[in-house]
Amino acid sequence: MNTELLAALTVFVLAILCGFAVISKVPATLHTPLMSGANSIHGIVLVGSMIIAASATDLLSQILSLIAVAFATMNVVGGYVVTDRMLQMFKKRPTAPAPAAAAAPSTPSTPSEKAGA
Amino acid sequence: MDGIEVLVRIAWLLGAASFVIGLMRMNSPATARNGNLLSAGGMALAIGGTAVLLAFNGAVAPTGWLIIAVGIAVGGGAGLYTAKTVKMTAMPQLVSLFNAVGGGAAALIAIDDYLRLSGEVASISLQISIPTVLDILIGSITFTGSLIASGKLMGVISGKPIMLPAGRLITIGIVLVAAAGSLYLWTGAISVPVMFLILAAALVFGVTMVLPIGGADMPVVISLLNSFTGTAVAMAGFVIGNDVLIIAGALVGASGAILTKLMADAMNRSVLNIMLGGFGGGEGTVGTVAGAGGSVRAIGADDVAIQLAYASSVIIVPGYGLAVAQAQHAVRELAELLEERGVDVKYAIHPVAGRMPGHMNVLLAEANVPYPQLKEMDDINPDFDRCDVALVVGANDVTNPAARRPGSPVSGMPILDVDHAKSIVVIKRSMGRGYAGIDNELYGNPKTGMLFADAKAGLAELVNAVKAL
Repeated sequence: MNTELLAALTVFVLAILCGFAVISKVPATLHTPLMSGANSIHGIVLVGSMIIAASATDLLSQILSLIAVAFATMNVVGGYVVTDRMLQMFKKRPTAPAPAAAAAPSTPSTPSEKAGA
Repeated sequence: MDGIEVLVRIAWLLGAASFVIGLMRMNSPATARNGNLLSAGGMALAIGGTAVLLAFNGAVAPTGWLIIAVGIAVGGGAGLYTAKTVKMTAMPQLVSLFNAVGGGAAALIAIDDYLRLSGEVASISLQISIPTVLDILIGSITFTGSLIASGKLMGVISGKPIMLPAGRLITIGIVLVAAAGSLYLWTGAISVPVMFLILAAALVFGVTMVLPIGGADMPVVISLLNSFTGTAVAMAGFVIGNDVLIIAGALVGASGAILTKLMADAMNRSVLNIMLGGFGGGEGTVGTVAGAGGSVRAIGADDVAIQLAYASSVIIVPGYGLAVAQAQHAVRELAELLEERGVDVKYAIHPVAGRMPGHMNVLLAEANVPYPQLKEMDDINPDFDRCDVALVVGANDVTNPAARRPGSPVSGMPILDVDHAKSIVVIKRSMGRGYAGIDNELYGNPKTGMLFADAKAGLAELVNAVKAL
């Protein structure tokens, strides 16, 4: 076992512990956006897909890496956009019945800006 | 390591850090969106950095760039289109689809890497062969398993547990084949056919694993497969020696595992019990129903409107039936009407209302229901004692008092104490059963009135009746 592998294993184990620590604090109401958000993070596989695509020389390898890049991009773009769509609905509004006064001045969220890669 | 590579590695590190901070900011609804955007920014940085690295290394053939450009255009377009057009009720199947493609991409990296190595070297060290085999196994199981899970929720495949003849034997056979193949490759031997054999076994295993599981349990399965995808991505990181894949994959692997356990806990099932399948959809779940089956009291919309309008407090219990009927806006309209009349209206949200924990919150938020009105189960349960009318719309098993006694398929599941309310109104199309496949004792309760209607039509009737008062 070389030092490079040991370093990679260290990173792996610490990242797992970090994931446990971060996630266990999230309230149940946000679990669906969270699942979707975590789902988009594993779209990082696009980085790996690009690296294998860059060095693909034979036809089979080119086809495999093309599918990998397309799959991974779908994961990234779709994941972040759909999570953002969900989260932009979580706005606090005054419970007052008058819907005209519902534009809360304090909420800083702007409805435009889209997530994407 | 030249300057560009150092910069790109720092970009990857920043990306990984933004994933962690982004997840932390999902702690509260106020910062969650911002957290997701931060995570997306980190992702863009990591991907952009990779492109820069490839460009400066100068080793990329024009076909390589073409593959990357076409792949990103096609995949990005497909992802953007589905994410923009999906209905919020169909969220779980979309997450499952993204799991499938993520897991598939991770498996393809290992397959491609193995094919290249097999032509170049005489033996492959354990350091590479272990993550390669694990990546192919986990990634492929996730790919087919997620597609089946998605198909079940879309209704393309029956949501009922599908028991294959000799299914257990097939599964055991597949596991033995995969295990033998893996051990063979770990001895250092290079064999492309054996690699493909493992791949095929894993693809079939994904199908046979998910088919016997009922539709009601799919969210737990999807969450588990989300965790699998993360693990497969981390393995891909070991295969090609890339830290950012390892970090992000491990993060998702851990988070998916926690979330899976939380979901299973909310349904009072163990993850193992769910994965063994066969629950729901009727077979073997006759249940012991006392009190129901006998007299059920039907009630008209006008009577319900009077009850609601002159109540001082009303608790609405929304379930998946409300989401299916797209009645979120109708329920919000009714609630606003009642509030104008001075009625205190709250929503009781069961942890597994909808299809996933938090799914119902998303659906109601989409209909502009004010967030503070949504109460979680433990907070709202004491309020049912003081509540005049509990209005149950499309929720079933989560209100069944049978869960408090042993001997029923829902026994031990935490439920909403709807039966403690002074009066109960259930809007439901028929006396049909919920996912657990048993009758709901609540419907036989003398305090309960049944308004037989589709959730949307029933609520619209109530809105008109309240307006007419």
